[in-house]
Amino acid sequence: MNGLIGKKIGMTRIFDEEGRHIPVTVIEAGPCVVTQLKAAKTDGYSAVQVGFGPRKPKNTTMPMQGHFRKAGVEAQHIVSEFAPDEGDELKPGDTIDVSIFDGVELVDVTGFTRGRGFSGRIRRWNQHRGPASHGSKNVRRSGSIGMHTKPGHVLKNTQMPGQYGNKQETKKNLTVVRIDQERNLLLIKGSVPGSRNGIVTIRISR
Amino acid sequence: MSNIIDSIRQENARNDLPEFGIGDTIRCKMQIREGGKTRIQNYEGVVIAQRGTANEKAITVRKISNGVAVERVLPLESPNLTGIDVVRFGRVRRAKLYYLRALTGKKARIRERRVYKKK
Repeated sequence: MNGLIGKKIGMTRIFDEEGRHIPVTVIEAGPCVVTQLKAAKTDGYSAVQVGFGPRKPKNTTMPMQGHFRKAGVEAQHIVSEFAPDEGDELKPGDTIDVSIFDGVELVDVTGFTRGRGFSGRIRRWNQHRGPASHGSKNVRRSGSIGMHTKPGHVLKNTQMPGQYGNKQETKKNLTVVRIDQERNLLLIKGSVPGSRNGIVTIRISR
Repeated sequence: MSNIIDSIRQENARNDLPEFGIGDTIRCKMQIREGGKTRIQNYEGVVIAQRGTANEKAITVRKISNGVAVERVLPLESPNLTGIDVVRFGRVRRAKLYYLRALTGKKARIRERRVYKKK
């Protein structure tokens, strides 16, 4: 197993043994329950499917209830797949905790960034605003978005207003500062995508 | 705030620092690492600002060093801050003494606040 599902708790700071200040994100990682093992023979690829967090059975769809019943586990809040390691001897119902990150230096963290709704180009792309006075009507408007007859269309990926945030993002190669096995905590240097209490997946960096 | 965050902040908690406030002159014993050796260096100045809550406080200490004004932001929980002595209590009416930056010489003085021990 190369990762876990977790919940972002928030950020704080700690000091290392030389007194240096380290900003850390606290993540409650796992424990995760194995809900299914996918094999190349039957599913076309091999993976470990795990669940995280409780969910009331009445809030779980009937197909997922059946899925969890088959694995013999309680209803889970969220399920996700991870790549298995060679020699893993897992079976549905097994619990995986934060100890898989023991001795790991770098991890990738995936989460949904905080949603900012439909945002203008200033907030979304850090563009500048136009002049406020002298009869200007272009304070926060978009300026020119392209050329003339040539090329005759707006180029792709032009920075324009639109939905900002609430999009899956991965931050790679973040340093693991500390592992707290008792409380299933993972302290990672720096920030990770998402809001507090947001679901994140943590994978060991390749 | 979350209990988990609070408990991690609690690890840095300390109660060996004396009580002091804005406007006080303090002597900070800073641990300095030089070439594998550590020594204590005193840094004495006026507390002009404090920020943060609970176990994440930091103070700004201002001093004039050889005619050059120096301000350092010191996290109170830092292990490099080995102790604080209060040199002089100051009587001020503001929480942030940023106005001192514009003043020099006699104008930059702070009135002393006499502290009497309780009987």
